[in-house]
Amino acid sequence: MHTPTVKQHARQLWRFHGGLHLPDNKALSLQRPLRTADLPDRLVLPLQQHIGEPAEPLVRVGDSVLKGQKIADNPAPVSSPVHAPTSGRILEISDQPVPHPSGLPGPCIIIEPDGQDRWATLPEPITDYRSASAGTLRTRIRESGIVGMGGATFPSAIKLNPGKPIKTLIINGAECEPYITCDDLLMQTYPERVLEGARILLRLLDAEECLIAVEDNKPSAISILHTHLQEQDRIEVVSIPTLYPSGGEKQLIRILTGLEVPSSGYPAQLGIVCHNVATTAAIADAVLEGKPLISRIVTLTGDGIAEPCNIETPLGIPASDLVVQAAGYTDKVSQLILGGPMMGFDLPTDQIPITKGANCLLAVSEAEAPPTGATLACIRCGRCAEACPAKLLPQQMYWYSRAKDLEKAQDYNLFDCIECGCCSHVCPSHIPLVQYFRYAKTESWAKEKERREAEHAKQRHEFRIARLERLEAERKARLRKKKADLKKKPARKKASGSDGSKKAAIEAALQRAAAKKAQRQTAPKNTQNLTAAQQAQIEAADQRRAEQAPPANDTIREEKE
Amino acid sequence: MTPMLISILTITGLATLFGLLLGYANVRFHVEGDPITDQIESLLPQTQCGQCGFAGCRPYAEAIAAGEAEINKCPPGGESGMLALADLLGRDPVPLDSEHAAVKPKAIALIKEQECIGCTLCLQACPVDAILGAAKQMHVVIGSECTGCELCIPPCPVDCIVMQPIEQDTSNWRWPFPDPSHPEVAVRTTE
Repeated sequence: MHTPTVKQHARQLWRFHGGLHLPDNKALSLQRPLRTADLPDRLVLPLQQHIGEPAEPLVRVGDSVLKGQKIADNPAPVSSPVHAPTSGRILEISDQPVPHPSGLPGPCIIIEPDGQDRWATLPEPITDYRSASAGTLRTRIRESGIVGMGGATFPSAIKLNPGKPIKTLIINGAECEPYITCDDLLMQTYPERVLEGARILLRLLDAEECLIAVEDNKPSAISILHTHLQEQDRIEVVSIPTLYPSGGEKQLIRILTGLEVPSSGYPAQLGIVCHNVATTAAIADAVLEGKPLISRIVTLTGDGIAEPCNIETPLGIPASDLVVQAAGYTDKVSQLILGGPMMGFDLPTDQIPITKGANCLLAVSEAEAPPTGATLACIRCGRCAEACPAKLLPQQMYWYSRAKDLEKAQDYNLFDCIECGCCSHVCPSHIPLVQYFRYAKTESWAKEKERREAEHAKQRHEFRIARLERLEAERKARLRKKKADLKKKPARKKASGSDGSKKAAIEAALQRAAAKKAQRQTAPKNTQNLTAAQQAQIEAADQRRAEQAPPANDTIREEKE
Repeated sequence: MTPMLISILTITGLATLFGLLLGYANVRFHVEGDPITDQIESLLPQTQCGQCGFAGCRPYAEAIAAGEAEINKCPPGGESGMLALADLLGRDPVPLDSEHAAVKPKAIALIKEQECIGCTLCLQACPVDAILGAAKQMHVVIGSECTGCELCIPPCPVDCIVMQPIEQDTSNWRWPFPDPSHPEVAVRTTE
């Protein structure tokens, strides 16, 4: 094939539907060797550099941090921590411009480097990864903040827990978009890291084989990887034909295995896991050296950059600083794009930080990116459908998206669109098809979210009504019980009035009183040593009393009184 | 005479049979309530705000189903909600009622904590139990549960509840509808 050392492969390759042969313009940034970025005055680290829940800061303003120290994390299942790319002081935690198509700011941690680049205590390297458990390796990968570095930024540890037996591990080094060369240079400069990462992933997933797919416009990368392969490796470096977008996950799986990932399915269903080469190299660093993801290679290219090159840079460096390190802009620059010309998005400013998923800063000139001309009516030529690598019908989705009929657009598998831009590129009427699909997608997500929220609010409202009814019923039941009690009480009084026990009690009290009286009568203290006159008075009184002879009850009453 | 009798008996027999079948089906496949009300309700935004003049989304759905209410009285649902209702019911779309037309950006209630006197009146007004508090304790709106219905605002004796529009950030941002008059500049790699 490309070099004499390359073994001849009988591996059969397939072709995906559609795709485009684009002039790759990669030579531009490959003229210069890989540079290392100088530390800027400040590093801006967005808390959301991944898909999922944003990380929460673990540091406060004024804290000193060391290189590799975890500064933000979130225990949510889909999230990823952020680490300090160098040692320094936390200047600020605030909203800053972030690389996002909206141009809206997001929460960031700003570090002022102290220039000493002192490392924090890193976790113990797992050099013997062959005997380490899959769980240990996955935890290390998660804790190292590793996400898909090809641009998708999905937390890698989750993809490595497929819950299904995996047959094939695919390492994606296709790098199919024009201009971008960061993965090419990574494979050329650090082939050992890529291969070690692949070996770790093979062990972790217990996969049968590993295929490193590289487009055949990168012969040096292919041959260098080949020379570093070891005899016992179950790794194969596969040269695939250059065709945009062969680096799309589903397209690459089709090329290598002939299998098609079902609509709204995922590769693990087919026993396949796919990782980018840069992610694989970062995994090797994390496992073998304990180093978290704090740097990446970025391509600076286009006619608008004075010295197009690749730079290995700490994360969080402002794009403007990086451009200065590539000798600044030329006077031809007309537009700054993050990512490639096909799938990247315009940056309104270069005051945004480089994040984990930022692979390319493309400063194009007017000649490279001429205005497309006015959008004309769709003439139903069908060229978009021919070009679509996902076998969709872009013209149908376009009609429905334009009519805001989101459900119909979804019926045409809107969510299988990978936004590769092939359809817009071939459209003779210059219709910004991908813009329509992006609009329809975010609108559908928003509608779905609203629907879920409405359902939730409805449940809460129904619960509230049920609760109020229950409380009312309980209140009424209490009232009824009280009323019933009130009615019962007087009845019981009447009943107890004629009760024998009460009579007996009265009887007993009478007897006690009588006994007391009798006792008093038997021994009154003032009846001794009386004079004769006194004795006569007592006798007279006794006589009067005997004459009147009041009833027993009255005597008691008198006594009580 | 016989053919006449046979035909009468046949028709009578058939009528009885089908009558029994229909009667059985009526019992066996009986549907509780009005399914169209549920369908209408599922299209309403469930803010329970009462801006339609009914006591909540369900009563409004019932009124629409009974043909007593127009489909344009729901400001939180907006134009898209009205169009969905028109689509479901086969009615003609009507522009949002002028007195119900003030479509506001989605907002949630916020209690100014320094001013709250803990009267619990807003707690009783909230249709989705999104306010937390007790008598003479400060109240707080649970942001994730608030539907922005504004029903808590009128009962507050100290006017300490304000509506805060939900700010746009990178998590809830949506791609704008492409503007055909301003074609975006797409990078064409030179052939």
